[in-house]
Amino acid sequence: MSVSIQNLTKIFGEQKAVNNISFEAKEGVITGFLGPNGAGKSTTMKMATGYISPTSGTVLINEIDVTREPLKVKTITGYLPEHNPLYLDMYVREFLRFVASAYGLKSSKKRVEEIIELVGLQRERSKRLSDLSKGYRQRVGLAKSLIHDPEVLILDEPTSGLDPNQILEIRQVIKNISLDKTVILSTHIMQEVEAICDHVVIIDKGDLVANDKLSVLKEGLNEGNGIIMEFEIPVDRKIFSEAGFEPVDFGKNAFLIESDRSDLRAELLRITSEHDLPLVSLTKSQKSLEEIFHRLTQNTEA
Amino acid sequence: MISIFLKEVNEFLDSLIAYVVIGVFLIGIGLMMWVFPDTNILDYGYASMEPLFSLGPYVFMFLIPAITMKSFAEEKRTGTIELLQTLPFRDSQIILGKFLAGFFLVFFSVLPTLIYYFSLSRLGNPVNNLDTPGIIGSYIGLILLGGVFTAIGILASALTNNQIVSFILAAFICFFFYSGIDAVAGINVWSDWSYYISEVGILTHYASISRGLVDLKDVVYFLSMITVMLMLTQLTLGLRK
Repeated sequence: MSVSIQNLTKIFGEQKAVNNISFEAKEGVITGFLGPNGAGKSTTMKMATGYISPTSGTVLINEIDVTREPLKVKTITGYLPEHNPLYLDMYVREFLRFVASAYGLKSSKKRVEEIIELVGLQRERSKRLSDLSKGYRQRVGLAKSLIHDPEVLILDEPTSGLDPNQILEIRQVIKNISLDKTVILSTHIMQEVEAICDHVVIIDKGDLVANDKLSVLKEGLNEGNGIIMEFEIPVDRKIFSEAGFEPVDFGKNAFLIESDRSDLRAELLRITSEHDLPLVSLTKSQKSLEEIFHRLTQNTEA
Repeated sequence: MISIFLKEVNEFLDSLIAYVVIGVFLIGIGLMMWVFPDTNILDYGYASMEPLFSLGPYVFMFLIPAITMKSFAEEKRTGTIELLQTLPFRDSQIILGKFLAGFFLVFFSVLPTLIYYFSLSRLGNPVNNLDTPGIIGSYIGLILLGGVFTAIGILASALTNNQIVSFILAAFICFFFYSGIDAVAGINVWSDWSYYISEVGILTHYASISRGLVDLKDVVYFLSMITVMLMLTQLTLGLRK
């Protein structure tokens, strides 16, 4: 079970929305699909679900070509489109039963109640969709994409527009169901990626700029460990430069010390105690995913 | 396809469209057949359902585009078309489901006019003195014509995401095929071709079927018009890709 995207290209008129990207998403892994607005995330996802067809390249879902056998793919894929379009005149149950019948599910009544429990819509189950708040509509959308127990789940910004509690809940739902599924989820919230994704794919202006495990990606950009030292009182930086370091000012009474050597903490602590400096904190400067994202997606701008 | 059909029919029933369409059709036709002085049967003195079958198409020309204007235009505007097209449906199933739902509504608005038939047959002198085969033919013609108009409406709706544009476009195309082509054929420049041009229009076939002679040629004409319109719709939907 996997999603394999190979040399995918989509051209709208003269604009290359997606330019020859390839990556793979594996079962049991949540793949985060990142990129600035207009990078081609949604276009890629629309191609993966067969809503639009690629100009060139292929999408294989469980080894099935989306362009060749769209119906087969649609029955094993759950898709939550961007902006989550719903029939607002329908009631929650009515809508989910419609979706269940579209998938040809047997015992659809029971399944609808199950899925309502799963996404936490119990209190809203008899309401009209137009009366639901955005967060609950998002849950209905998620229920819609989960109702047929798909093997592959493609979610286009599943947590956009939700309040912080709802975001946590929806993330938990996604995480729970991801164990035996392939999940691709697009977002531009970096904390979300750090919270639930195992694998990260970043695209920018249609080009693939990163495709790696989250941990590898973070490590790769953290070469040359930096240490941030903060003191209670102003400290002369000479103390450190004499010891062979190059301290840089980092806020009030603090230095950032970078070096190629692996871990400087022990050595720096020794210097501090030798000079009896009032050290308040000593932290490794981790580059956040946000910085990585920023760096990767700013390069092409010129 | 059945689930789409049911969804669409439910939508008609929920949104009052069904009641308004059936109500307006019946009130309009009823008034013209029984009340309005110029067209009513009682003054006319002949037991004929002519007013229903000659005015029906003009009422349909406005009512059917009103039924169908929503079908694709609204889905495209709100984005639910993406939802529909990423469920395991073929485009053809979506189109057919929507077409049949509209057609179903048209059928049910015509159905109650059967009462007129029974009233008329009682009013005849002697009783039951009525051109029954002609009326059966006319009903078949009216229903088929409703089918063509529905297919035209579905096509117009797929061409735009604005319901008003869809309505006007559909009404115009319906008018064009119903009486427009016939009028064009009447222009005195075609000479021998005029016959073939009028054969393309709906009116010729509708008139022929109304005489009570259900010719295969006419039935095939109506069915192929429906097919062509629905295939054009499928082509239009495929363009997004």
